[in-house]
Amino acid sequence: MVGLLGPNGAGKTTVIKMLLGLVTPDAGEAMLLGRPAREPAARVGVGYLPELFRYQPWLTAAEVLALHVRLAGADVPRPEQRDCLELVGLADRAGDRIGGFSKGMQQRLGLAVALVARPELVVLDEPTSALDPLGRADVRDIVLSLKSRGVAVLLNSHLIGEVERVCDRAVILDHGRVVASGTLAELLGTRELRLRLTDLTPAAEARLTATGTVDRQGDWFTVALPAVEDDTTVPDLVRDLAAAGVRLHAVEPARISLEQRLLGILRAENARAEGKTAENETAEHKSAENGSDR
Amino acid sequence: MTTVRTVLTIAALTLREASRRRVLWALAVLTVALLGLSAWGFSRLLAESGVDLTSGQARLVASQLLNLVMFGFSLIAALGTAFLTGPTLSGETESGIALSVLARPIRRSALLLGKWLGLVVFGSGFIVLAGLAQCLVVLWTVDYWPPQPATALALLAAQTTVLLTLGLLLSTVISPMASGVVAVGLFGATWVAGVVGGLGAALGNEGVARVGTVSRVLLPTDGLWRGAMHGFQDAAALADAGPGFDGFPFLSQSALSPAYLAWAAVWVAMIWGLAATSFVRKDL
Repeated sequence: MVGLLGPNGAGKTTVIKMLLGLVTPDAGEAMLLGRPAREPAARVGVGYLPELFRYQPWLTAAEVLALHVRLAGADVPRPEQRDCLELVGLADRAGDRIGGFSKGMQQRLGLAVALVARPELVVLDEPTSALDPLGRADVRDIVLSLKSRGVAVLLNSHLIGEVERVCDRAVILDHGRVVASGTLAELLGTRELRLRLTDLTPAAEARLTATGTVDRQGDWFTVALPAVEDDTTVPDLVRDLAAAGVRLHAVEPARISLEQRLLGILRAENARAEGKTAENETAEHKSAENGSDR
Repeated sequence: MTTVRTVLTIAALTLREASRRRVLWALAVLTVALLGLSAWGFSRLLAESGVDLTSGQARLVASQLLNLVMFGFSLIAALGTAFLTGPTLSGETESGIALSVLARPIRRSALLLGKWLGLVVFGSGFIVLAGLAQCLVVLWTVDYWPPQPATALALLAAQTTVLLTLGLLLSTVISPMASGVVAVGLFGATWVAGVVGGLGAALGNEGVARVGTVSRVLLPTDGLWRGAMHGFQDAAALADAGPGFDGFPFLSQSALSPAYLAWAAVWVAMIWGLAATSFVRKDL
């Protein structure tokens, strides 16, 4: 499960379209499931839900699925196609023409189309943009069920919480470049532990410092923990603090949200870009001055 | 998925689209109206002309009127296919229908060929059915049966194919409505140029006659239409009538040459190739 994140215009949808052969890259090569993306055969095991889309309004929902099964060259029996419609909550509308579907229903149908030909990889571009909260929860469950079936998912969503809940890895794009990528744990970096302590002894304070950097505000202590989760650091710290006679009022895990991390990365990236521009301008100014001196 | 299977699937989808859109009903209503009107016209014409037409004159009049009504059908087919071609390609690109279809393991050229094939079957099917019905109406009302109906109907189908191929090329570069308007506009302009050229030939003005020749090479719809008229009309009656009918827009003086037919086929292949090149390079 890979999430694609980035501000508007970062190139998230363009990356997806290049992967699917819908847009030709100016330079470089895109590979999809081990084959060059421009080859149609690379898309055999791929299901795709576009961001801005419509399906043939003169077809029924069942006919759209049958068409896509045929175009994918897959052999999916009718009952399985019907199950797919049922999965997205459209079983009772299978025989209705799509022209009368709401945007949310079309998005549900789009998800069924992406899933119907038994894909190895499902590319979802803003799959919940037209859905109500219930629909979003349904999509989340479907995506998680894909994960349990071993189907890879590339999820592009501006809803960071959605990505955080379902994805294992995330790629952050800005101005068409990857500015950060990795597992969520890697991206989120340091974990923190917040504690409210009284009767703190010097020994207990030393124990806190030995665990990680400590930030104190009154009775509240925030301790930075190692990025990799383990089962011993926190319980051992609490045990040792209690043994040192410290009164523990609260122990809370604190984690930087993906949103905070994303904003941090993007702001740092923008500041770096602006710094470079300013440097270039200064260099140009200097060379112009030198030129006029001569 | 094999390319042949893709082409046939898309062709079948295009035919299904045509059958479910209102354009089919519009075509059916216009066709029935034209058939009814011509049946009434043909049955009353000779009965009420008040002139004692010789058999040759009557056949010439029947030929002219048949060609006139067939022109009406070819116009309906041109409008129908031109306005069906635009939405089916550029409309699908604009609305996002093409995104999910082309993300499947299919070649864009196969999709284009499928669309083209479906439209050719639709346009040709319409023109053959409507044309045959019209021939039967004429047979029933004035007892006239054209000398080469199969060739003539095939040429009308070819004319429709030429126009829809042009529509397909236009729809890869401009909006759906604009591609329909431009295709029909060019069809009309070529027909007018053909009439002007015919008049030039009748008057012995080579410069004016060349207008028709050049336009028929640039867009073969008018050339194929003239070949079709030749198949519908009674050649003997026209020869008997003498040079008075030279340049008449609804009579054709000569059959099409094999070279012209070959050019029309090359033209279609060339324009289709351009459409495919344009569509394959398009970013969706």
